[in-house]
Amino acid sequence: MILHRIYERAALCRAFEEECFRRIKAGQVTCPVYLSAGQEYIPATVSVWLDERGITDRQIFVQHRCHSHYLCFGGDPRALALELRGDPRGCAGGMGGSASIHWPPANLYGHDGLMGTQVPIAVGACYANRKPTICFLGDAAAEEDYVLAALGWASTQSLPILFVAEDNDLAILTKKRVRRSWNIHEVAKGFGLTADVVSDVPEELWRALDDCKWPLLLNVRTTRKYWHAGAGCDDPNTFDRHLAVSAALDAGYVMDVRFKALEQVKMAWENQCPRIGNFARCGLPLGHEGVHRNAHEEFIQIDVQSGSH
Amino acid sequence: MATMTLRETIRDLTAAHLDARHLVMGQCLSAVGWCGNTLPRRQDMTELPCSDVAGSGFAVGAALAGRRPIYVIRYQGFNWLAASFIVNYAAKSKALWGRPCPLLVRSIAMEGQIGPVAGSSHHSVYHRMPGIKNFAPMTPGEWRSAYEEFMAGDDVVFLSEHRGAYDNAEELPPLRPERPEIVLFPISITRFSAAQAAIEMLVESARVAVHHISVLKPFQLSLEASADLRASVYGGVVLDDDYPDGVAKALAFDIATVSGRPMRVMGLAERTAGFAKRLDNLPPSKDEIKNLIRKVCYP
Repeated sequence: MILHRIYERAALCRAFEEECFRRIKAGQVTCPVYLSAGQEYIPATVSVWLDERGITDRQIFVQHRCHSHYLCFGGDPRALALELRGDPRGCAGGMGGSASIHWPPANLYGHDGLMGTQVPIAVGACYANRKPTICFLGDAAAEEDYVLAALGWASTQSLPILFVAEDNDLAILTKKRVRRSWNIHEVAKGFGLTADVVSDVPEELWRALDDCKWPLLLNVRTTRKYWHAGAGCDDPNTFDRHLAVSAALDAGYVMDVRFKALEQVKMAWENQCPRIGNFARCGLPLGHEGVHRNAHEEFIQIDVQSGSH
Repeated sequence: MATMTLRETIRDLTAAHLDARHLVMGQCLSAVGWCGNTLPRRQDMTELPCSDVAGSGFAVGAALAGRRPIYVIRYQGFNWLAASFIVNYAAKSKALWGRPCPLLVRSIAMEGQIGPVAGSSHHSVYHRMPGIKNFAPMTPGEWRSAYEEFMAGDDVVFLSEHRGAYDNAEELPPLRPERPEIVLFPISITRFSAAQAAIEMLVESARVAVHHISVLKPFQLSLEASADLRASVYGGVVLDDDYPDGVAKALAFDIATVSGRPMRVMGLAERTAGFAKRLDNLPPSKDEIKNLIRKVCYP
């Protein structure tokens, strides 16, 4: 059942972020962290949809608040947990922290920290190799001038690209209506893209993905559960999509999924060393940087010993 | 064998680059003279929209995808908009994620009644950032060498070109009089003026050495230049087509540190250029360089 697959990915994301929240509070994670809880149904639905539709040779571009994208596209939770602690075995060797993570096996590209830069870069990559490209951005990034120019050129070139604007209505804490009087899906339509606005209800998002022609921009309304950065909650009564979806599913199934997700996350955070099967920087030239070389090689050796991840 | 100019060299290598299915990207490439006639007259180059910031992002994305783009910036002043993607993503990609992002940026300088933005060189914009090789090739051999280095590696390479050099077909060897009084280290278009100034100063019996700089970063002082500087009476001068508070002072500091000799700099005047001829802000001319030499050597 497709909803179950989406739910299982989202549940893993939620469990990871809740554990991350606790570890930030406990002072075990000290870099700035952008928790994606509340918004996880977007990458969960998009990733399952891509798998289901056979769009497997693809490239993914994200920005900060992308733990869920990383996990939904197959990123190793252990490499992410290590990354958040600055460990050289982390998915970006400790360089990426929370905001600039990547996962080469899924062609998931890291972000440099300047909001929205992934959009022109995704468009350029898509132009260059014509691979199906999925580019996630936030509603604030949509206001960057270079993002708008990139939407325009993607349309001009009729590129096979999907832009997913995750619209939580917040730039840190500043609401969209304070920042602008226009809607990105309408602007995208003006550029000639197919565009729509939907909620992060999986069925609704799925239908939009099925119905629309690429290049496509979907503005997906969603809700950020935690602070912009760090472990805190602006409003404890904030709507929570995960609770809503969980409530609609069989309670036994929900319990089982949650248990498995928690177990996986617990292992990821506690099993720091050394059983990371899919070594953090796989797909990259061996020892591309001296500083990461030993850790990199260790992963490979461990892989061989343990068989597989 | 006929000697090729710098213009012809760039054009031929660009055509070969396209033949190899690599990309050449930029704004208005085919318009008004094909970028000083340095581009082959063919349609398989990528015309970008006039979005200077996003355009460099497109080039970076193409580089990530492995197409080794040559990204052409028609006026060096546009680097202020283009630089953000180049320095923050392309130049950092290898260090952050181990993903190479090989990109060749061709940036073209000119001057004279061209206003506050489009004139002069701006290679200093990139110089302070790690992850970028910074070259200012003025000869066919230097451009070819920079291109070959780009193709052989996986780095971001910035080429600070100058339209005034496109007709040049000669290599520019160092000028090394015995026991020089002063050593010039010219960059970009100032290299031609510096060489002329040094030759003309012979009439005044001034012994002026010239050691051209085309590789700005990673910079290495040649043994010959170091020897001439140590033997010099008055030290050296770095000459530049950019404002002096940038590459010129950085290299002057490096050279002074290595050689222990006093170094000076001479570049654009500390003011904004205008469009009227009287408001030009030009690189040091031959006569200005000669005057500086006289001032230092015969005060």
